[in-house]
Amino acid sequence: MDDIFGIPAPLLFGQLLLGLINGAFYALLSLGLAVIFGMLNVINFAHGAQFMMGAFVAWMLLEYAGLNYWWALILAPLLVGLFGVLLERTMIARLYKLDHLYGLLLTFGLGLIIEGIFRNQYGSSGLPYRIPPQLSGAWDLGFMFMPIYRGWVVIVAAVMCLATWLVIEKTKIGSYLRASTENAALVQAFGINVPRLMTLTYGAGVALAAFAGVLAAPIYSVNPQMGSNLIIIVFAVVVIGGMGSILGSVITGFGLGIIEGLTKVFYPEASSTVIFVVMAIVLLARPAGLFGRA
Amino acid sequence: MAAPGGFSGTDFRKEEAYFLGFTQAQVMAFVVLIAFLLISPFFLYPVFLMKLLCFALFACAFNLLVGYVGLLSFGHAAYFGMGGYLTGHAAKVWGLPPELSILLGGLVGAALGLVIGWIAIRRQGIYFAMITLAFAQMVYFFCVQAPFTGGEDGIQSIPRGYFLGFLDLSRDLNMYWLTAGVFLAGFLLIHRIVHSPFGMVLKSIRENEPRATSLGYRTDDYKLMAFVLSAGLAGVAGGLKSIVFGIATLTDVFWTMSGEVVLMSLVGGLGTIFGPFVGAAVIITMQNYLAEFGAWVTVIQGAIFVLCVLAFRRGLVGEIGNWLRVRL
Repeated sequence: MDDIFGIPAPLLFGQLLLGLINGAFYALLSLGLAVIFGMLNVINFAHGAQFMMGAFVAWMLLEYAGLNYWWALILAPLLVGLFGVLLERTMIARLYKLDHLYGLLLTFGLGLIIEGIFRNQYGSSGLPYRIPPQLSGAWDLGFMFMPIYRGWVVIVAAVMCLATWLVIEKTKIGSYLRASTENAALVQAFGINVPRLMTLTYGAGVALAAFAGVLAAPIYSVNPQMGSNLIIIVFAVVVIGGMGSILGSVITGFGLGIIEGLTKVFYPEASSTVIFVVMAIVLLARPAGLFGRA
Repeated sequence: MAAPGGFSGTDFRKEEAYFLGFTQAQVMAFVVLIAFLLISPFFLYPVFLMKLLCFALFACAFNLLVGYVGLLSFGHAAYFGMGGYLTGHAAKVWGLPPELSILLGGLVGAALGLVIGWIAIRRQGIYFAMITLAFAQMVYFFCVQAPFTGGEDGIQSIPRGYFLGFLDLSRDLNMYWLTAGVFLAGFLLIHRIVHSPFGMVLKSIRENEPRATSLGYRTDDYKLMAFVLSAGLAGVAGGLKSIVFGIATLTDVFWTMSGEVVLMSLVGGLGTIFGPFVGAAVIITMQNYLAEFGAWVTVIQGAIFVLCVLAFRRGLVGEIGNWLRVRL
């Protein structure tokens, strides 16, 4: 039980857990991107910046208002989501009739602005955010020690992904959403306010990113670059999964996190590039992505 | 993909070639450009001008792809930065003369473009942008680890050497003339490509790819060729920059650099011949004067992005051309 394929078991399981956590963030972020893209036809380049905002809002709530992690978990997504609604109403909504690439350029610019403002205000070294006392400590699983907070992140992320899937597939509003993705004009003709639905979708996608940001705050230090480094990898994840299916992006997110973790064990030099290599292979074999529709 | 207004440039139906494929207005603008290149080193700091020209060439190369084929590459830093590293390595470690080193940088950019382009052109639009960005990030991670790039330190004190064995490039003015020459050659090459039969096919792909396919063109081959040309010229621009500044660093392969070249082209005007030069001039000048404000430069760049996309989608040159009713 000590060695698996010549690798010490604690190392293997440790990296697997780390991969699972990264995968949780990939899944949450690519899910938000897919939901926004499905409805708005905009790739939200500011997604990384909004993820970072979630972490910062959590930090600010604790620092300035004394509100703890549990409050942040609810309030930060709401606040950042509202900010997203504001962005959609004032700017992004003006671009729907234009080439989709303009949406990408606009949100890229927004991402730069948000990141730059936070860097000016808080520097780039990173701020610590403590693990809430209820979740600190570790469980002894027999073969490894599992920090409780890390387990919590994986479970909560999975639950959140499942909830999003249920909302989209099993509820009334979800059916409007799916219908508008197929044919917005027809849905509007049935008397459903599609523009408002689009605003809410963007807000919800942004809130999901902020939620992931709050989860990430105690694991990574809270710093302005935490989003932009992640979002490019998430783009690769989205390309690999294809944006056609919600469950597809979740599975791809977790799966790639695990692959990355395993690469860290067996061939650490390639750990930062393995996801891009997978992307190249998928593009060669199945250009529409694993779960995508051509 | 087809959208009202199109993604790039203004298309005036009446397009009369006046001289070498230039319209009358373009000839006048070109004369102004040449005059600027000839006179400016006597008034402005040559090193600043050389930086401007390197980025202008980079932006022109990028614009070839986005403006005339309609492919938005969000990873052009990879070819620019890799070209810079290879040129620097060739000049410093292998002791090659500057002209060969820069050529090598261009070849490496083109080779990298061939591999990445071959995979990326399988998808269009937004996916294409994300794929090129992701591959550029892969190149970045490669450069962080590869021994020849010097990691965080980069390649430093790259010798400028002697051009063709006799022209001492350590004198700034000599270096300037070489830079201006390379820029002009690249600029004219792109102009030639755009106005060739090959360029016409590229534009037809931009306007309506299925139709170009139905006319019997193998559009993927054309797109890949344009991608390789664009990447190669970006590599030349990167190599030139390494020789001018004597340094090649990770900044040049990072995604922010890809964003900057998009910004330059957007500010100047996508799909215009003079736009990238004007855009590069605006952005480089701005960075020069705003350097003391540190991270605010990022915020201002982001704000320009937003402003351009919302209000000035034609860019500076496009707006001026539209106002004068001419193509620039």
